[in-house]
Amino acid sequence: MISTAAETLLSPIVLSFVLGVAAALARSDLSFPEAIAKGLSLYLLFAIGFKGGASIASHGIDGRLLATLLAGALLSLTLPFVAFALLRLLTKLTVVDAASIAAHYGSISIVTFVAATTLLAGQNVEAEGYMVAVAAAMEAPAILSALWIVARRSRGGEGMGADVWREILLNGSIVLLLGSFVIGWLTGERGLQEIAGLVVVPFKGILCLFLLDMGIVAGRGLRANGSVLTPGVILFGLGMPLVGATAGLAAGTVLGLSTGGVTLMMVLSASASYIAVPAAMRVALPEANPALSLGLALGITFPFNLILGIPLYLAAATLVAGGQ
Amino acid sequence: METHPAKRVEIIIEAVMERRLTQTLSDAGVTGYTVLPVTGGSGRSGYWNREGQIGRASGMVAVICLIRPEKLDALLEAAFAVVDRHIGVVNITDAQILRAERF
Repeated sequence: MISTAAETLLSPIVLSFVLGVAAALARSDLSFPEAIAKGLSLYLLFAIGFKGGASIASHGIDGRLLATLLAGALLSLTLPFVAFALLRLLTKLTVVDAASIAAHYGSISIVTFVAATTLLAGQNVEAEGYMVAVAAAMEAPAILSALWIVARRSRGGEGMGADVWREILLNGSIVLLLGSFVIGWLTGERGLQEIAGLVVVPFKGILCLFLLDMGIVAGRGLRANGSVLTPGVILFGLGMPLVGATAGLAAGTVLGLSTGGVTLMMVLSASASYIAVPAAMRVALPEANPALSLGLALGITFPFNLILGIPLYLAAATLVAGGQ
Repeated sequence: METHPAKRVEIIIEAVMERRLTQTLSDAGVTGYTVLPVTGGSGRSGYWNREGQIGRASGMVAVICLIRPEKLDALLEAAFAVVDRHIGVVNITDAQILRAERF
């Protein structure tokens, strides 16, 4: 595990992220224009979705697909309750703030997923191609749980009309991820070969640039809003991924996923959203402090998962799944 | 050149609320407005800027309306139903417009 961790730590992906954080903390003016950051994220979503679909076309679907999708959605639905209980135990946050953060932690970070997939490929660990679809299925259910908690525990919350649900379920990330997944599935290996020059060859380099940007944004957030992250909140940001990963490990093992699949299930359960859920929370729970949830998800949990979590999850999955 | 009195209402609101606000304005009969990007700022929720951001959650937009003074109350009532609980700033200034028939 130590050699895996060292390899991960010294990978260009992680080092690019570290560079971004360091540059932001040192108050460098290094930054990416919003349009370029958005463009990089669109590229990564398209590429990862397409490759997942092409992998399914090559290896076929096994009966676990539906069960894994269901397990993912169930994890997303239940993890916010655990996160909420932990937050109320460790911090003095309001119900609305705790519920909003809980929604972030029930949902997933697609960037952590992409980084994990790439780091696994670097270790020659294969995972089920449909884990991309599982990632998409885990985006939204957590929002429902958080809103239910708020409805039960306080008068906060604006409620979610059909309009908001349409925005969440059809948000650009999900549409592109699932859309490219279907294209990859339909066109298979031939399709992948046709556009390999775009979606395979430059993938790692572009991921490095994207993580450099993520590092800058995370470092800048920590510098500007670090004061809201009290010790209890930080402890949650480091502890909740381990709780989520343990649930993911149990689910992945029961489902009989491969070592790579179990690792990705752990990564998905351990990561916290900072694209889809923050936007939904701003609409539904406007009283929640966005600096808190975004600071935690991007400033604490994302670096933890990227640097230490992924090698740890791979080691645990290898131990339990036994190198399937 | 002849000018006419008008009110300039500037609403700086979270980007995720933009469509809801503009829809509410249209429903209240305010069909003319301009939406401008906001690149950064600081307020009760801390400092923020849009550089490097990929989600809309931490972004703001400015919605600017130029209206006849008698339409102000209806606009504010409609807008407040949307913006009241959200991060943002609403300000009103007196303005002069050139082509009154367009407002």
